[in-house]
Amino acid sequence: MASQLPPDEMAKVRAILQREPTETELGIFNVMWSEHCSYKSSKIHLKTLPTENPRVLVGPGENAGIIDIGDNIAIAFKIESHNHPSFIEPFQGAATGVGGILRDIFTMGARPIAVMDAIRFGPLDDPQNGERNRRILTGVVEGIAHYGNCFGVPTVGGETQFEACYNGNPLVNVFALGVFKHDEIFFGKATGVGNPVIYVGAKTGRDGIQGAAMASEEFSENSASKRPNVQVGDPFMEKLLLEACLEAMHTGAIVGIQDMGAAGLTCSTCEMGSRAETGIEIDLKYVPQRETGMTPYEIMLSESQERMLLVAEKGREEEVFAVFRKWGLDAATVGVVTDTNKLIVRDHGEIVADIPNRELADEAPLYDRPHNVKPYRTAPMEAPKFESKDLKADLLTMLASGDLCSKRWIWQQYDYTVRTNTLAGPGGDAAIIRIKETDTSIAMSLDGNGRYCYLDPREGTKLLIAECCRNLSAVGAEPVAATNNLNFGNPERPEIMAQLVESIQGIGEACRFFDTPITGGNVSLYNETLGEAIWPTPVMGIVGLMKTGLPVTIPFKNEGRTVMLLGGVGSSDETRMGGTQYAKNVLKTIWGLPPALDMDYEKRVQTATREVVRAGLAESSHDVGAGGLAVALAECCANGIGAALEVKSTLRPELALFHEGPSRVLVSTTSPEAVEKIAKAHNIECVRLGVTMKEQLRIDDSSKTLIDVPVKQLREVWELGLEGLLHPVHV
Amino acid sequence: MRFGVVVFPGSNCDHDAWYAFSQNLGHSAEFIWHDSHSVGDVDAVILPGGFSYGDYLRCGAIAKFSPVMGAVRKFADQGGLVLGICNGFQILVECGFLPGALIRNRDLRFVCRDVTLRIETTNSPFTCAATKGQLIRVPVAHGEGCYFADDKILDQLEAEDRVIVRYMDNPNGSLRDIAGICNEQRNVMGMMPHPERAADELLGSTEGRVILESMVASLVTKAGK
Repeated sequence: MASQLPPDEMAKVRAILQREPTETELGIFNVMWSEHCSYKSSKIHLKTLPTENPRVLVGPGENAGIIDIGDNIAIAFKIESHNHPSFIEPFQGAATGVGGILRDIFTMGARPIAVMDAIRFGPLDDPQNGERNRRILTGVVEGIAHYGNCFGVPTVGGETQFEACYNGNPLVNVFALGVFKHDEIFFGKATGVGNPVIYVGAKTGRDGIQGAAMASEEFSENSASKRPNVQVGDPFMEKLLLEACLEAMHTGAIVGIQDMGAAGLTCSTCEMGSRAETGIEIDLKYVPQRETGMTPYEIMLSESQERMLLVAEKGREEEVFAVFRKWGLDAATVGVVTDTNKLIVRDHGEIVADIPNRELADEAPLYDRPHNVKPYRTAPMEAPKFESKDLKADLLTMLASGDLCSKRWIWQQYDYTVRTNTLAGPGGDAAIIRIKETDTSIAMSLDGNGRYCYLDPREGTKLLIAECCRNLSAVGAEPVAATNNLNFGNPERPEIMAQLVESIQGIGEACRFFDTPITGGNVSLYNETLGEAIWPTPVMGIVGLMKTGLPVTIPFKNEGRTVMLLGGVGSSDETRMGGTQYAKNVLKTIWGLPPALDMDYEKRVQTATREVVRAGLAESSHDVGAGGLAVALAECCANGIGAALEVKSTLRPELALFHEGPSRVLVSTTSPEAVEKIAKAHNIECVRLGVTMKEQLRIDDSSKTLIDVPVKQLREVWELGLEGLLHPVHV
Repeated sequence: MRFGVVVFPGSNCDHDAWYAFSQNLGHSAEFIWHDSHSVGDVDAVILPGGFSYGDYLRCGAIAKFSPVMGAVRKFADQGGLVLGICNGFQILVECGFLPGALIRNRDLRFVCRDVTLRIETTNSPFTCAATKGQLIRVPVAHGEGCYFADDKILDQLEAEDRVIVRYMDNPNGSLRDIAGICNEQRNVMGMMPHPERAADELLGSTEGRVILESMVASLVTKAGK
């Protein structure tokens, strides 16, 4: 294979080696210095992010971030993208995305207990690409279900959105979280000169060769030819690998372990050596292979799934082998830890690669790519003239839309109750998983909003962090730490790089403010097809802590309860309506700016919300997000209880009902005075909107009825929206 | 009482069953590894949910040949209680403990949701603590849970009062809404829904406990005789 390294990087390779690289070495550099593995375009900006608070035990740079949750228990979590593979082969691409992030969690010693997915596609009713988009969505969902269900980890939430910019570039971001005790944490370090390096798990084949390098390129007309770059997943093998690894870790004979994910054997060997400041020497003849005649290049760069590399204490190999034998898995000593600080690869004794570890793993060229231009956007600033003819029809249109409709069709394919920890599964503001060993539960929320971030990458990113934290607060959880997945276009274009930089700065500001440090994450660049970039789409995963108990959920539970809006009706204007779901689904356009965020006010609303929920005052609780107040209210009616409400606002009805101003949470309660008292203590607005009632949702303003609709009708369009889009009736 | 939970490679509800019997119900529960030739000293055996041996061929088709299933057969032949949940039901059918087959769900998709079951008979050690016609809400989570058999078998199951639970809102197309059945001797039951996932108040339903508690009650009665 020809070198894909640019000339300056090629020169650096020669300088490091002080000679011409071999073909295998060239392949190794190419993949380790790919954008995917080296973060070469983003690293200098990522370094500005907050990564510490007292709970953070392990920050970025490891396989996953780890935080302390008390009682000697820790959780590991991270998000990863599998965008490119999922476009080329949706089922396997998504499945191996789940597999990869699960290995990141259990390679650290944690047992995975939850998965969430943020997935984005082109519109299902797109005139040109609709059929392909439907096929991709179906395949991605089946792939996630296949892998997670068989592995036995509950898929407890996520988000699904549709925009034309994802037509040729769907996004599949998978978040996983695991739990362990403090003394069960393992690192990917090859310590102890003379210790054996052991390969465990599936045999190596030719699949996925150069996958990480592929993920660092744009798509062209030739992308179909990249199908062999996509790996094939075997969740059963992964389940065995999980159990065997955790059991082997308990023997005490393992000193370091790392999964073979992107860049396979190459990445695991040089990173483990680099972290420990040691060397690793392996001979490929010992690597279990499922194909014959593989070249050193192919073995080193294969991304075959369900494999791990571990370093054991010398003399205790048999303890490790016994565990893997029990689980019916291959385990073979392939090499040894050395004091050379080099990665030396032999093929039947003959040296095929001899590279200094640190230079390879940690000293990839870093770029400060030009970004001193305005972030790319073509949307106008001024709002078009708009006036609603029928607010009820607008609401129904929005509820049936891809972004806002119920995603039940998707999440019912995921086993979300396995492991009997799911207190709140998909469909809520945040998922909640209890930790059986303590009385602490973990709440988690995934959020992205390409629309907002396209209009203003910095403010859009801050808004979605605020939203994640608000989602957690709505179930009573305190946000404590975050992981991020940055999905952007080609960073070599300054106006795209500017989006990335602005967005990262937004993450820094908001995560500092909400004290949710970034403990790790993933950057996916070059999300472009035929020169068309996706909208800037950072996806945040934020976790929160709460005391274990019955969850407070979205739907109204009883008639006669007071419906209250913590944070107040909020404000907006025509310009700030441009990124809303109203603009998208009713007016079918985009303009202006995302909603305005006052972080200080937002934080007070969140604190008040947590207090209300934790005091047991809220029978139901729901964050006001995409679609605004009217959509949030309609979602509160999902159990069949409606409400009669009055929205007092100086805004005209379209804005009052559908603006997406942040810092608002809906609760229903029997104790409105107590809620008001808490709101007052935190100096936030709190409005009594009205009272819950049977079967009807009626929203008035001070002079007239704006919307009056049977709850049954709301439910029908909301629940059947996705199926309608997936199975269009051809006339 | 002592409950033995069989662990196949690929079982993933083994811990859930263990937790329900030991922590939610307060009995003793232990794991039985798939290559054991004995189930050990237990009062009842649970075949848990999951994907035994990956289930790439046909659900339960490989588990049928595992050493532990020989031991389970011996245990069942001696009158021991065996409950197969989800993949456990599929294994019991593959092994011929129970008639019929479990095929892909009607709409060819995995389905995870709560369903309502009706207890069809209390004449079984798995429902003796319930009342006939009692409705219980428990989760299902399976891709191949559509119960299928010919009319003769279905008629026979009904005639012999061996349909133990039926779906009120059939999630998978099972014939005659069958969710769980027992063998002729009534000591072996298979069901697709997960009663062990509805045994803890925090999880929103404890209505699955009646199945687990019936097993305990019948074991207590048996021990008293």
